[in-house]
Amino acid sequence: MFNQLLPYLLAGISVGGQYALIAVGYTMVYGILRLINFAHGDIFTAAGFFMVYLSASLPPAVSIPLVIVLTVVLGFTVERVAYKPLRSAPRMSIMISAIGVSYLLQNLMWYLTGGLAKQYPVLPGLSETIRIGEATTKVVTIVTPVLTVALVVGLVMLINHTKIGMAMRAVSVDFETAQLMGIKINNVISVTFIIGSAMAAVGSMLFFTNYTAVTPTVGAMPGLKAFVAAVFGGIGSIPGAMIGALIIGISENLIKAAGLTAFSDAFTFALLILVLLFRPTGLFGEKTTEKV
Amino acid sequence: MKERKNARLILSLLGVAAIYFLGWFIEQRSGSKSMVVTVLQKGAVYALIAVSMNLLNGFVGLFSLGQAGFMLVGAYTYAILTIPMAKRAAVYQYYDGGWVQFTVGVIPAMIAAGLIAAVFAALIGIPVLRLKGDYLAIATLGFAEIIRAIVQWDTIGPLTNGSNLLKTYPTLKNIMPGNSVLFVFLVVGVCIGLILLIINSTYGRAMKAIRDDEIAAEAMGINLFHHKQMAFVISSFFAGVGGALLAMYQGSLQANSFKSSMTYEILLIVVIGGLGSVSGSVIASFLFIAASEWWLRFLDSEMLVGDFKVPLLAPGFRMVVFSVVIMVVVLFFRRGIMGDRELWEIGRRRGAKGGRIQ
Repeated sequence: MFNQLLPYLLAGISVGGQYALIAVGYTMVYGILRLINFAHGDIFTAAGFFMVYLSASLPPAVSIPLVIVLTVVLGFTVERVAYKPLRSAPRMSIMISAIGVSYLLQNLMWYLTGGLAKQYPVLPGLSETIRIGEATTKVVTIVTPVLTVALVVGLVMLINHTKIGMAMRAVSVDFETAQLMGIKINNVISVTFIIGSAMAAVGSMLFFTNYTAVTPTVGAMPGLKAFVAAVFGGIGSIPGAMIGALIIGISENLIKAAGLTAFSDAFTFALLILVLLFRPTGLFGEKTTEKV
Repeated sequence: MKERKNARLILSLLGVAAIYFLGWFIEQRSGSKSMVVTVLQKGAVYALIAVSMNLLNGFVGLFSLGQAGFMLVGAYTYAILTIPMAKRAAVYQYYDGGWVQFTVGVIPAMIAAGLIAAVFAALIGIPVLRLKGDYLAIATLGFAEIIRAIVQWDTIGPLTNGSNLLKTYPTLKNIMPGNSVLFVFLVVGVCIGLILLIINSTYGRAMKAIRDDEIAAEAMGINLFHHKQMAFVISSFFAGVGGALLAMYQGSLQANSFKSSMTYEILLIVVIGGLGSVSGSVIASFLFIAASEWWLRFLDSEMLVGDFKVPLLAPGFRMVVFSVVIMVVVLFFRRGIMGDRELWEIGRRRGAKGGRIQ
């Protein structure tokens, strides 16, 4: 029994870790701007395309950092162009803007790549197969959870022990007061998008090593699932996002093991709805009270 | 005062009649296959769906992103009910001809499409409408995805044909041959007329009150859940009818095309037209479809001006330009084409009817 389930568990942990890296971007942005950044999944896809094109002419030691830099620039630009002008607008407008950006990025990627699926390059040290017990898997399956935990721990340290981290916490508690206390809101928000995009870039490298075809819309589903993970873990909480993502990744693969592949996506959303109904603040979210 | 009201009514009826005549005339002149007829057909279908979404997002202030799911339900209901008996064996070839062994007419099937979508909405609404703001958005988006997964589930394949195509049901080409535009306009016109009646009723005013301030509305004795649920069900009914029309327009049907990107497109139409304006949504739908299907087509193919090859023009460029335009609207013209006013209110002095307090 266990030996049969082992490959699914491994795949679940691996994909869960990749969702976690995307979910960090969602949860941080939501924590500060109260915005579901619908374009985040497309930034993740863009990171995949950056790698496809850069690795064609550059060695991995150059292309990997360059992909992260380019993704960060993209995330930063999106924030400055599409979200910053709407700071004082109703929240619905900024969410619509996010949907518009997602639409634009998908169409732009379709145009630039010709709409055909691109083969993701083989990254050294990730694609080799190894055996764990009875199961055969790729190295990336082992690397993902380790790397995810390391990055999340690093990020939590950053938020709890540095000045910019303190600024982030202040902004997420109260936007206006933080501004009055002399915190440069725009810088804090930019840093949030930079961190989120960098994490998405790392996540895309791990994700596409497993699912090697990059298409313009490939990021939509992992993006939505990562958002669910962020809600499940308690939006605003980074460790929560990671645990939520791992739970979703594992359950999704166990459902596949049970032969209900068609429902693996539906399960994620069913879980979301259950969480929202019974514990809207998620596993680790803080309780908020609504004031008139 | 009353005379002016009557004059207005006659004027708008004349306007509607002129639009119908124009639609009919264009189809007679340019033939059913021309681009302008395609735009009129698809634009009208999208107009209905956009208005149904505007009812929720613009008039009740519920940010719902489930429209594609309800359209899917409507489209499938219509197609399943209307495939001719003789062709069922061929369509459901993998499922022994399927479970449904009867065929109903086009109009009853369209009403059924709306009703089944409304039933789904009533069931989904009970849990989901307790949520607020963006949580509601993501939950409705999730339900749309769940509906799509269930429809493609192999076990109910004899009903939905699994992930295979549904086809050979009556389409726009063969319901009223040569008068397809008139048919779509009639159905869409009746539906939008009904929505307008609802918006201008007591219920509609209660909905607007909820949009402007939920807590104040509740304090005035408006039952929040009851009104939200009603708006959600009504909106889904018309989304279902719209889905049925879309099925007729497309000629064949597959669950995979009803993705969340479809909902996003409709939301963008609503925003371009103006949240809270029915006529805005209608205008924006026709503009959106005309721009994406027709006017911007030239961007997708190479062009030579003399010996000079115009740069950038290649397949897909149309959609890039198009999405940039949409972003400009979203960022700089947030009120859209009409704001929250209607076409027939333009002449009226603003504030005379109690302008919205910002």
